[in-house]
Amino acid sequence: MKKNRLLHSLFLTMLKIGLFTFGGGYAMIALLENELVNKRGWLTKDEFLNTVAIISSAPGSIAVNISVYIGYKLAGIMGSVCATLGVCLPSFVILYAISLFFDAFLSFTAVQYAFNGIRACVVYLILTAGIRMLKKMDKTVFSVVILGITVACMISFSLLAFKFSTVFYIIASGLLGLVAYAFSILKKRGEQGRQ
Amino acid sequence: MIYLELFLEFLRIGAVSFGGGYGMISMLSEMTASHGWLTESEFLNLVAVAESTPGPIVINMATFIGSAQGGIIGSLVATLGAVTPSFILILLIAAVVNSFLEYKGVKAFLGGVRPCVIGLILGTATTMLLSVLLGIGKSGDVPAPDVFGILIFALICVFSATWKKLRGRSVSPILLILISGALGIFFGYISQEII
Repeated sequence: MKKNRLLHSLFLTMLKIGLFTFGGGYAMIALLENELVNKRGWLTKDEFLNTVAIISSAPGSIAVNISVYIGYKLAGIMGSVCATLGVCLPSFVILYAISLFFDAFLSFTAVQYAFNGIRACVVYLILTAGIRMLKKMDKTVFSVVILGITVACMISFSLLAFKFSTVFYIIASGLLGLVAYAFSILKKRGEQGRQ
Repeated sequence: MIYLELFLEFLRIGAVSFGGGYGMISMLSEMTASHGWLTESEFLNLVAVAESTPGPIVINMATFIGSAQGGIIGSLVATLGAVTPSFILILLIAAVVNSFLEYKGVKAFLGGVRPCVIGLILGTATTMLLSVLLGIGKSGDVPAPDVFGILIFALICVFSATWKKLRGRSVSPILLILISGALGIFFGYISQEII
């Protein structure tokens, strides 16, 4: 009985978060903290920050990842299911409704003009999201080189209409990260050996 | 079989895209282009819709693209695909190996992935900037600059820089989308008058 109540309120809390946060995962974090830590007391502030730190380096949607994790911690697998369902449901209903009318909506001249302007804005939003992450990045030689190569390859491959999947960029740079780590260990061993 | 295709494509995005919503944009744009599901301008329209509606960006995108390609079932399978990898990976982390993302090897791999993802976002933004505003999609294209698009882009840059200076925090993306939409309508009718 108690468990059902918990699942119920997990679902409703995440539903509320899915319904009232705009702009994806990072925008959601402040609202989540308010709901889970301050209002519900399900997690302490430290636990919450720790969870966010762990989860945001995993692949996938940050909002979904946090829902799965917190749902599990509070109420097991059913908790994960309820929390994820809650966070996704508003998105699903709203976007499905929009998708039914979007083409009709776009056939108005004024709307077409509006979207001509909005496209320029979206490019700006993507660019600034990248710049914001760039500012926060630890600027080691290694990370700057990886970043530079990725940008250079992406732009030139796209101009040359050469297809190279982004998955390969991610796998290759991850492997380079491992290689760099292996080298740093070998170097450390070598230095210790000499001493 | 469109349902299977939608499910697998979004499964892949959920499994290998790092860096949250914006990190997924390069992969989503590549995927929708290679399947012929969306043109570049349709893709940018959809990013604007996903940004200005609540909820996780990738769920919004999956629902919309799924619905456009395969109706309500398409939406469901695409969303399910995007969520499934998070579910499996995060449950494993939460239940079995709490410190999985703390292992040195995993950390080293992620250390390589992080700058790569930032590079992917910046690279995608730059190629979009070239093709949307300057009309350069591949090398050899004669530049066909979109004067009003460039003007809107510049106005948005100035506006958000001023806002940040005066208010000390970033302007909300939704406000920027609304302003650029209004500017788009304004310039659209002006150019209609001129021609």
